[in-house]
Amino acid sequence: MNAVFLYALVGVGLFSLGLYALIVHAHLLRKILALNVMGNGAFLVLVALARRTGDAQPDAVPQAMVITGIVIAVSATALALTLMLKLTSETGRAELSDDQRE
Amino acid sequence: MEAVILLQWTFNTLLGLGLLWLASRALACPDLFRAIVLFVAFGLLLALAWVSLDAPDVALAEAAIGAGLTGALLLAALAGLRSSETNEKVAGQPAKEGPKVRPPQWLPVVVLLSVAAGLGYVVLSLPPDAVGLSAQVAASLETSGVSNPVTAVLLNFRSYDTLLEMVVLLLALLGVWSLGGTALRRETAPGPVLDTLVRLLVPVLILVASYLLWVGAHAPGGAFQSGSVLGAAGVLLLLTGWHLHAGLAALPLRLALVAGSATFLTMAVFTLLGEGKLLEYPSAQAGTLILILETAATVSIGVTLAALLLGSPPPNNKDHT
Amino acid sequence: MILIDYLSGALLIAGAVFFLAGTLGLLRFPDVYTRLHALTKADNVGLGLMVVGLAVQAESWTAAGKLLLIWLLVLLAGSSVAHLVAGGALQRGIQLWKR
Repeated sequence: MNAVFLYALVGVGLFSLGLYALIVHAHLLRKILALNVMGNGAFLVLVALARRTGDAQPDAVPQAMVITGIVIAVSATALALTLMLKLTSETGRAELSDDQRE
Repeated sequence: MEAVILLQWTFNTLLGLGLLWLASRALACPDLFRAIVLFVAFGLLLALAWVSLDAPDVALAEAAIGAGLTGALLLAALAGLRSSETNEKVAGQPAKEGPKVRPPQWLPVVVLLSVAAGLGYVVLSLPPDAVGLSAQVAASLETSGVSNPVTAVLLNFRSYDTLLEMVVLLLALLGVWSLGGTALRRETAPGPVLDTLVRLLVPVLILVASYLLWVGAHAPGGAFQSGSVLGAAGVLLLLTGWHLHAGLAALPLRLALVAGSATFLTMAVFTLLGEGKLLEYPSAQAGTLILILETAATVSIGVTLAALLLGSPPPNNKDHT
Repeated sequence: MILIDYLSGALLIAGAVFFLAGTLGLLRFPDVYTRLHALTKADNVGLGLMVVGLAVQAESWTAAGKLLLIWLLVLLAGSSVAHLVAGGALQRGIQLWKR
């Protein structure tokens, strides 16, 4: 029972760590890693809250949503990585520019 | 028994702390390769956490897709990054211009702490006992055609979400292909160990995928887990230099990619025309219909995941680039 | 029945001790090759002991057979990957540790 809130708080912690890394790092690959960690934190909160049913079977709907979420996260990561590789081959750096001029 | 409860508490606490520690190390590590490896280890620990939370279907999907395939994608992207970054450095690039106004250093830490505190407060104020939708799922489980509640939710009660998810996978692949993709660095002459390993493993993986597909009706398993094992087999083949036969690269590949979405759409149209309700199966044939949908979805997911790693569309006879 | 529990508990703890030894080797050994050696050998034996400890409690011969299949697959994959990592390290010119 209390394992539920332990894992939910761990999920909140992962989400916040990912958000911090997303803001602070400039390199795009690190940003993509941070987004994945944020997504995993959100999934952890969902599945932990689904376990609140007590002795009965856990709630299946959030678990199904998390499975969907994992698959969509991997396809979004693949698209993001391809965009990053295109940007790097065009500009030579894997970072977004802060220039006002362009 | 008190000792068992204490052991469970210790295990869960250690696992939770280990997850937070691994994530912070992966995000803060200066070497990108090490960061990706730590991220894969984090994914495997997360699969243990899913098992501890009584979610074995999620654990299977996380171990295969979240840890394995995402790790492979990240490593392939890192290899592509290293090659294009060194090219540009040789050509000479302008020095990095810093932004004109720098935000204070403590601002992200404040954002982090306030987000964590706010979310933690909200999560802790939720009621500790909540049945959620499990009562409705259990009540309708006999008419759904399967006895695994997660498969019933994915393929019957919320099959509309799964339909949209098939289309999202296809769209991601279309996005990757239209960007021109960067070619994956493939092994041209695998040594005897790698060659034998792949020849032994790929049939076993196909067998395991078929087993997972079949058993998903009454035990943890199902279309996504089975599709991800197929995708892993495809990734193994691609990395050791296997090339898709040119005749199969044009139409059969496209057919395999759209099989999942097309079957779901056909089922949706039939149920709409038949009974007027979207994706509501007649309960006598529900089990068979779910198996047909799952098979098409497995093939699509496996081929799409392998194609996402490959990055560029396989050459067919028409374009001579 | 309680004897079976003690037996499987002892086997699981023995497997965990081997895993601990392998991890200690990973942390303390001087170069890639010795670390690979410690890791794969100790982990394979540790996993084998754990699989036997679980198979003793399995409810049917099919379940015990599946556990044995898991161990065989990990053996195959682990040793092949160790060979590949060592080959890659040799290619990059990482020297063997000499005292």
